[in-house]
Amino acid sequence: MNAPLDMKHVFRGGGDQERLVVIGNGMAGCRAVEEILARDPARYAVTIFGAEPRVNYNRIMLSPVLSGEKAFDEIVINDAAWYADNAVTLVSGDAVVHIDRAARTVVTRSGRVEEYDRLLIATGSDPFIIPIPGRDLAGVVTFRDLDDVERMLSAAERGGSAVVIGGGLLGLEAAHGLSLRGMAVTVIHLMPTLMERQLDEAAGWLLKAELESRGQTILTGADTAEILGEDGHVSGVRLKDGREIPASLLVMAVGIRPATALAKAAGLEVERGIVVDDHMVTSDPAVLAVGECVQHRGACYGLVAPLWDMCRALADHACDTPSGYAGSVTSTKLKVSGIDLFSAGDFSGGEGCEDIVMRDAARGLYKRVVVKDNRLIGAVLYGDTADGNWYFDMLRSGEDISAIREALIFGQAFASGGTQLDPNAAVAALSDGAEICGCNGVSKGRVVGCILGGANTLDAVRASCKASASCGSCTGLVESLLGLTLGGEVARTVKTVCKCTSFTHDDVRRLIVANAFRAIPQVMQELHWSTPDGCASCRPALNYYLLCALPGEYVDDQKSRFVNERMHANIQKDGTYSVVPRMWGGLTNPRELRAIADVVEKFNAPMVKVTGGQRLDIFGIKKEDLPAVWADLNAAGMVSGHAYGKSLRTVKTCVGSEWCRFGTQDSTGLGVQIEQMTWGSWMPHKFKIAVSGCPRNCAEATIKDFGIICVDSGYELHVGGNGGIKVRVTDVLGKVETEAQAMELCAAFIQLYREKAHYLERTAPWIERIGLEAVKAGLFDDAGAVAALAARFAYSQSFMQDDPWAKRAAGEDAELHQHLGEFRPFPAPDLELPAVLEPAA
Amino acid sequence: MTGEWLDIGAITQIAPGNARTLPVQGGDEIAVFHTLDNQFYALVNKCPHKAGPLSQGIVHGTVVTCPLHNWNISLKTGEALGGGPDELGACVPTIPLRVDAGRIYLLRAAVVGKTAA
Ligand code: SRM
Ligand SMILES: Cc1cc2nc3c(=O)[nH]c(=O)nc-3n(C[C@H](O)[C@H](O)[C@H](O)COP(=O)(O)OP(=O)(O)OC[C@H]3O[C@@H](n4cnc5c(N)ncnc54)[C@H](O)[C@@H]3O)c2cc1C
Ligand code: SF4
Ligand code: FES
Repeated sequence: MNAPLDMKHVFRGGGDQERLVVIGNGMAGCRAVEEILARDPARYAVTIFGAEPRVNYNRIMLSPVLSGEKAFDEIVINDAAWYADNAVTLVSGDAVVHIDRAARTVVTRSGRVEEYDRLLIATGSDPFIIPIPGRDLAGVVTFRDLDDVERMLSAAERGGSAVVIGGGLLGLEAAHGLSLRGMAVTVIHLMPTLMERQLDEAAGWLLKAELESRGQTILTGADTAEILGEDGHVSGVRLKDGREIPASLLVMAVGIRPATALAKAAGLEVERGIVVDDHMVTSDPAVLAVGECVQHRGACYGLVAPLWDMCRALADHACDTPSGYAGSVTSTKLKVSGIDLFSAGDFSGGEGCEDIVMRDAARGLYKRVVVKDNRLIGAVLYGDTADGNWYFDMLRSGEDISAIREALIFGQAFASGGTQLDPNAAVAALSDGAEICGCNGVSKGRVVGCILGGANTLDAVRASCKASASCGSCTGLVESLLGLTLGGEVARTVKTVCKCTSFTHDDVRRLIVANAFRAIPQVMQELHWSTPDGCASCRPALNYYLLCALPGEYVDDQKSRFVNERMHANIQKDGTYSVVPRMWGGLTNPRELRAIADVVEKFNAPMVKVTGGQRLDIFGIKKEDLPAVWADLNAAGMVSGHAYGKSLRTVKTCVGSEWCRFGTQDSTGLGVQIEQMTWGSWMPHKFKIAVSGCPRNCAEATIKDFGIICVDSGYELHVGGNGGIKVRVTDVLGKVETEAQAMELCAAFIQLYREKAHYLERTAPWIERIGLEAVKAGLFDDAGAVAALAARFAYSQSFMQDDPWAKRAAGEDAELHQHLGEFRPFPAPDLELPAVLEPAA
Repeated sequence: MTGEWLDIGAITQIAPGNARTLPVQGGDEIAVFHTLDNQFYALVNKCPHKAGPLSQGIVHGTVVTCPLHNWNISLKTGEALGGGPDELGACVPTIPLRVDAGRIYLLRAAVVGKTAA
């Protein structure tokens, strides 16, 4: 189009110009031409073919065009005048459909044939469309060029709701734009974390919370089964879990594939992308390639920064001053107004790597930098990305950061402060009036005063002036002041949950309830966890505390559970599992015994044993067989015995008044009732109960967490016993007259323990720590306390008492039990087995 | 991607923070991990301590805590990370792994190598 032939003749200077043909009028193709023109404007006669019917524009700015923050005119890079001024022939709206390398020509859809001396392929990428039913319906769009944006805008004008499949950069920018254009937007993302390739769990969680607060619906861990339609147009989507979401527009933003079809058909070497060397030359020396369509040293890129580097190397080569491209490190920012997010490099951590994390909940900040061998190798910033470029420069240069190591996480302004590299020095430099503890309004002067007045531990400071006694986020500052004032390192006096936090178990429990925290990443953010995703100690503890605080609401985090609780069976030294079905109060019957016997035979269990908890333990079951074993046990009416859980284990009983000549009450019946009330509940640690029919105590009730000894006049209630590592005989809680009272107190005591004890603290050490008087006060000081605690326990139990085995037997979490496949390196020739069997997903 | 690299399936088959197993006929079972940072690693599924199944441990950062006695094993190098005398130098073999276009590949030679012994 509008080929400025006269200009071309000016440059042609005798017809010795080489003919350079470019396929793709996009960001890389045009930049490559610009770079060549800058080096040698007379060398090539350039013709660019573009499939899109327009000049070259800044593709990344399509997001602001969609959201209305920019107009198309503002994002044009090379207008018609540029092509004219530089004697570049643009053939737009006519895609190249064939390359003839032998004849050195390209052929377009309209039939135009163009000869070349050098060919440059810059075809970019094609959006990937997931092959699900309904993908061809009208109203299903991708997000790649201006036509896509126009389709979205006309849908948005009609209003209604949109579904965006894909929670990566493109999907979230599309969702943001459509939401600003007034549509109700739902984002469906397969992975549990948004932008999982750029973000860690913590930053992904913050992003999700922010988008939700703006009214978008974000479904993570959601897999689309089908796009629904009406009269040939999209009407919604159905997820694999059955949920349906209505929508009049569906944006598919699940990823891109290098556009290599043309190159492949021409016989060029193509893997994931068109294979190029360091000079962007393909397997044919006359053919170059650049941009998202190429694969360089095994890598394909989906961002613009690498294209600029590639284009420089390409132009150097094309103008005979070869330099070479060595690959790029990339960084990502999300272009959603009001959300500051930056990620670069490798932040997968690990040994040799050190994570430095800074969180400021009040300002919604999360910063994490990863250092290895004194070099910065990765960074994730959320909430404040001002230092993104500074980190990125360090990352690319690989400079030694040991000199600014301590101050690195505080950012450029602080780290270049020269004299203040040591955070302790920064604290020392604070004025006496500077506020240390925001919650309690305590100044530095006052904290130092307290310390000089004898408060020489963190606890003492907390007790005397309250600094760091509330939210705890200034604990580090107070410790610095202790160190500075007293000289030297101050030994930590409080026992924290683990090394990831400066908070104690009690702090964490209190703050979860007070602030209504609802998810593990949220607790970690708000309480300034010093690691990105915690450790094997704090994750299970936080999971329990949230579960206890939010019955019925909190969604259990399976990956934060110890193997036994994840697999609902006890792992054995050989990696198999033992299975213990519940036998209520130690009672059983022929049907149950037969079912157990059948399971033992059917699954070749090498051993079955009577446990110390009055039930049967089946040993040696493989993880793959567990669901089938449970199905058989369920069929005989048996449920999980939770022999694996930080939960109610067994209720041990004796025969009691029904048979025993000494029995005073129906201890067996009461035990069964108690087990039926308490089974299934999650606790800080395991919990055992026993009911003995008389003081001879055959059920060993005085070494149980909760024990009942029946006497003629009623029931003696015992708590805090333990027959394990350190034997502890129970304390007497009191005596009641009726079964109902005994059961209510049992429920109340359990709930008090559930709400107050530290994770992994059994009742015996708990009571040793807080004292029996504190337990009694919690139960009896307030007249309504027992009833209220028992009611809270009952409410929590209303969500807990469904058998986890039944769900697994019905297919839930099947992947926890199945192998990925099996590798058979030496397949039997007659069987023709594939090397790897992949189970159907 | 054939020959050298063995396609063992889509990344979506392993949820973040989890691991799944790949038995090898005549060799050691392999555990394939997906961390919370969405990195993938493969190790022989045998703790260097007493052969605990590492695939069943809690994953945090690029470390798995063995389900049997809580040793911390690096997913990147297979080394035991604790400072205890038994742990020094204890190591489980890693299997080179790459992720490409949403699929997981293991280095065939490393997988097969485990069967040679
Ligand atoms: C199976 C059983 C032994 C038996 O064959 O009888 C057993 C087996 C285990 N006990 Fe036990 N304990 C068994 C009754 C007991 C008893 C007796 C009782 O409950 O009357 C005690 C002493 C009473 C008590 O707990 O106060 C007991 C005190 C322990 C302890 C020490 C607890 C403590 O607080 O000191 C542990 C270690 C722990 O939990 O951290 C433990 C841990 C274990 C573990 C879970 C070890 C482990 O982590 O793998 C064993 C699991 C084997 C398995 O796969 O089933 N087991 N364990 C008993 C199962 C009872 C049941 O039906 O659920
Ligand atoms: C909405 C959106 C937001 C983005 N945001 C960012 C961002 O914030 N940061 C960032 O770094 N990157 C971003 N990107 C990615 C960035 O736009 C690309 O990396 C860049 O455009 C790639 O340049 P390219 O020249 O390789 O491909 P393109 O720019 O896509 O150019 C390829 C051109 O070739 C044409 N073509 C293809 N086949 C033929 C044919 N046979 N004949 C003729 N012409 C053909 C296509 O029509 C297209 O115009 C974004 C992308 C999109 C879609
Ligand atoms: S006493 Fe308990 S923990 Fe110890 S070996 Fe026996 S079953 Fe295992
Ligand atoms: S077998 Fe892994 S820690 Fe003992």
